[in-house]
Amino acid sequence: MNRWLRLLPVALLGLLLAALVWRLAHPEDTTIRSRLAGKPVPEFALPPAQPNQPGLASADLATGQPHLVNLFASWCVPCVAEAPVLQQLKARGVVIDGIAIRDRPEDLAAFLAARGNPFERIGADNASRVQLALGSAGVPESFVVDGRGIIRHQHVGPIEPADVPVILTQLEQAR
Amino acid sequence: MRLGLLFLSLFLTQPALADSSLPPAQWANRQLPDPRQEAKAEALMEELRCLVCQGQSIADSDAELAGDMRNLVRTRIAAGESPAAVRAWLVERYGNWISYRPPAAPIGWPLWGAPLVLLLLGVLLVRKRIRLGRQ
Repeated sequence: MNRWLRLLPVALLGLLLAALVWRLAHPEDTTIRSRLAGKPVPEFALPPAQPNQPGLASADLATGQPHLVNLFASWCVPCVAEAPVLQQLKARGVVIDGIAIRDRPEDLAAFLAARGNPFERIGADNASRVQLALGSAGVPESFVVDGRGIIRHQHVGPIEPADVPVILTQLEQAR
Repeated sequence: MRLGLLFLSLFLTQPALADSSLPPAQWANRQLPDPRQEAKAEALMEELRCLVCQGQSIADSDAELAGDMRNLVRTRIAAGESPAAVRAWLVERYGNWISYRPPAAPIGWPLWGAPLVLLLLGVLLVRKRIRLGRQ
């Protein structure tokens, strides 16, 4: 009995090592997700980010049809990669609204001219207020909002071609 | 010589553009005029986690989003909101993770109990040793 007890510290050390190796092999997911999924979009009203396009308010989202709300910026590199995929979604009839995070109108205009403008409306979020209200932690991020203005799905990071079916399914379910 | 060239080539690289061109938000790096409100905001900012550099508080972080979070905290405190309400607003969106002062939830109880259990184990061990020494 006593001999086995003496082995206990070694066994504990082995257990600790196993736990550490397991964590190294399966690193923690550090993606920050919004807790607002299933809840209404918080009330907001953003001024237009472009002179020739309307701004975005929470009331514009509860229109009876699902919207894809895309948080982006001209200074965000992955947003460049995401732009053609958004065009693809728009071609498939998806209503996309933009929230431009900390952007200057002239930079944004150049970005939209070069990468295309799939947005119905673009609101200017110059102090990341609405981004924080939505529980978002970076750009690009996208939210699927249903016709009653309820957040149904959050996509963290750029929407890649492989993500299109998921986004379309989520939009279909939000109908 | 070659090393020198390599070193010099470091200065030819372009910095990665990962930040916006907008200046920091109004209250990101500016104190509130009311010192009591500023003290409240300061204390809260020390206990809120930065969303970008996840190991730092927003008081310590230079990330733009941390600046915008400080702006949010100061604006709300200046409007008369309590620090607890501001913290709750953020927890509602990001979970308890955002706060460095976690609530005493059942899942954390073993953590609080662990030092007591270890102390008790130590006392038992020492008692046994002393007894063995006397024999």
